[in-house]
Amino acid sequence: MAAMRTGAQIIWEALVREGVTTVFGYPGGAILPAYDALLEYPVRHVLVRHEQGATHMADGFARASGQVGVAIATSGPGATNMVTGIATAMLDSSPLLCITGQVGSRLIGSDAFQETDVTGVTLPITKHNYLVSDVDEIAPTIHEALYVARSGRPGPVLIDVTKDAQQATTELDWNPRDVKLPGYRPDLRASDAVYRRAARLINGAKRPVILAGHGVLLAGASAQVRELAERADIPIAMTLLGIGGVPARHPLNMGMMGMHGEAWVNAAIQEADLLLALGMRFDDRVTGNVRTYAPNARKIHVDIDPAEFHKNVRVDVALAGDLSAVLDDLGPLVETGDRRAWRTAIADMKGDVAVRDIQNLPDSGHLYAAHVIHDIWRMTGGRAIVVTDVGQHQMWEAQYYHHDEPRTLITSGGLGTMGFALPAAVGAKLARPDAEVWVVAGDGGFQMTMAELATIAQEKIKINVAVINNGYLGMVRQWQEFFYERRYAATPLLSPDFAKLAECFGLRGETVRTRAEVEPAVERARGDERTVVIDFQVEQEDTVYPMVPAGADLHDMIRRPSPAPIVETARDA
Amino acid sequence: MTAGPLRRHTFVVYVEDKPGVLNRVASLFRRRAFNIESLTVGHSETPEASRMTIVVRTDAIGARRLEANLYKLVNVVRVQDITVGPAVFRELAMVKVTATAETRTHVMQLVDVFRARVVDVAPDAVVIETTGTEDKIDGFVEVLRPYGILELVRTGRVGMMRGARSVMIDPDPTEPFAPDPREDDGRSDDADEPGEGDDPNISYSV
Ligand SMILES: Cc1ncc(C[n+]2csc(CCOP(=O)(O)OP(=O)(O)O)c2C)c(N)n1
Ligand SMILES: [Mg+2]
Repeated sequence: MAAMRTGAQIIWEALVREGVTTVFGYPGGAILPAYDALLEYPVRHVLVRHEQGATHMADGFARASGQVGVAIATSGPGATNMVTGIATAMLDSSPLLCITGQVGSRLIGSDAFQETDVTGVTLPITKHNYLVSDVDEIAPTIHEALYVARSGRPGPVLIDVTKDAQQATTELDWNPRDVKLPGYRPDLRASDAVYRRAARLINGAKRPVILAGHGVLLAGASAQVRELAERADIPIAMTLLGIGGVPARHPLNMGMMGMHGEAWVNAAIQEADLLLALGMRFDDRVTGNVRTYAPNARKIHVDIDPAEFHKNVRVDVALAGDLSAVLDDLGPLVETGDRRAWRTAIADMKGDVAVRDIQNLPDSGHLYAAHVIHDIWRMTGGRAIVVTDVGQHQMWEAQYYHHDEPRTLITSGGLGTMGFALPAAVGAKLARPDAEVWVVAGDGGFQMTMAELATIAQEKIKINVAVINNGYLGMVRQWQEFFYERRYAATPLLSPDFAKLAECFGLRGETVRTRAEVEPAVERARGDERTVVIDFQVEQEDTVYPMVPAGADLHDMIRRPSPAPIVETARDA
Repeated sequence: MTAGPLRRHTFVVYVEDKPGVLNRVASLFRRRAFNIESLTVGHSETPEASRMTIVVRTDAIGARRLEANLYKLVNVVRVQDITVGPAVFRELAMVKVTATAETRTHVMQLVDVFRARVVDVAPDAVVIETTGTEDKIDGFVEVLRPYGILELVRTGRVGMMRGARSVMIDPDPTEPFAPDPREDDGRSDDADEPGEGDDPNISYSV
């Protein structure tokens, strides 16, 4: 006979059996039975300071490892605090399982204390969600939810478990019934005819560009993308979330495209005769004005989610499927290519390094964010996991930290969630304990979730935090500078002394004001066993160049006005 | 993005018979800014699944995107766009119309002509039931209007493919997203309208 278990025990038993080792959460009345049972199970629970932090941590865990991240919270305010993190994971296709307590099933609908319609609230921002009030449904629901979260196009899944279901007992016969979702289609495959059409377009293209997106990482298709690009001799541009999918140093990798991509990369896209989009979704940040986007290019769109096809940009071939499986089948149909003429044309557009927008900083003696990122990149050998927040510093990170490995840049792309970096870095570190993890955050976003420094102290987590402190909500200030006549409404920002702040959490803090101080400070941080927060006080009114104004044509970029070359030390080369 | 002529698309959607599924479907339409013209839901030939008939005005690409989005709802079992048919569409209406001693015979004649049925008779009014295409019902309602319509209820469209094929058992094996070449053969009786095109005034945020 199977053993008797409470629903609370079943939650943990199911998670453990599914391979979950770490959860991020915060207790409260409606989830208290589950917390009581937690002590009996080999699960590391990280007590956060705000449930938003739990969701970002679970998200960072998922993005660093490829496994589902798990967050847990109580009903009502606990659950609603998760909303931002769930929406962040939804837009970036990150696999998350959120478990929330719910009031007793007989109280549902009565506006009981801390009752919120959580499945209703999260319906449009989850891949799927469940309300479970029957103890016998807990184990199968957890099994199914984890499957849904990680299969197909990954995403966040939420299970709301009533308090009485947690308290009820049942005979647990652990035999996870097969997931039976008759309409769920995670593994589409296009017909051979579609593959042949795609291959014909690729083989006939003279000026093709591969657009590599997050799907390259999610499908684990890095090696295949590289192989295809090399064999057919096709240059690659990456989306923000595609960074790391192809090594930055790879000769065919042009770098980031879109709003803050290099002008010549966007120019290549505009002049291409074929775009091969791999696991990306033609977001408005990468297309600019869709009416003038890559006007001469045929477009092949490979995506696991057919709802993405023709959503933003009309394409000629829509190829549904898991990218890795698609490239297995497409690869043999693609001919070896030599597109030297096209590469030469691109190299001409790239032109002289001295007129480039990136790596081209005036040397006013002040500290620039780009200096900081560049030095961290150099000193970490480009091998750190960098978790960024949202704003100018995020774009500078993407421009100046050259990632060679998948899953080493973790950033909120789709939702652009300020406050993401610090908690997501905690999750990333717990997923990859041997990795060196750096946070790159703005002074604004860091203050949104900096309470998680207490979590870091309590859990004895070692990461490094670079606060790019420009005294402004910099990216918004930049838009005000360009588009609102420099009327800096509500963007100047007074901040606490971040170094002292770190010290009061029992961590270490430093302040850096000049370029010369960067290297020793970074070195000390890397050598310290505690988490170190470095307050980099950078040039205040610096601007991210180049920039495609929102909705403008992709080739119509605002370029860096002064071509004054940065004075670099020999080491920087 | 929209492209091509807008037309009325009719979808048959089988969903798992679970609480909240109707809400998920309705929420999807709202979130993706599709306008539902009508939605009906009820039992189907299989006890585990309810069957919806959903009518949406959109273009060919929009219809396929909608289908793909419906499939993303985990509880959706089967989706078929039956617009290009051949299919049968029906709607049921009940009309409560004033029928005094003087007008009653006229009203009854109209009921005959439209092959409708009187389902309730009161001293001053009758309740008439009629089934047919939307056009037929529109016409019937118009001829009754002068007599004084007290109440009107219409179910919205239900539809079914002609022939022996079953949407559930052997669905149309379409490519996972290729606009259907049959879409533009003009066989539908639903009038085309010019596409809206993209809105040039979209405003993006930081
Ligand atoms: C939660 C949230 N609120 C507001 C915004 C809008 N926003 C985008 S960038 C930005 C400024 C960020 O300032 P800071 O963190 O100091 O970074 P910086 O741009 O200065 O590097 C703001 C307010 C956002 N993305 N997220
Ligand atoms: Mg700032």
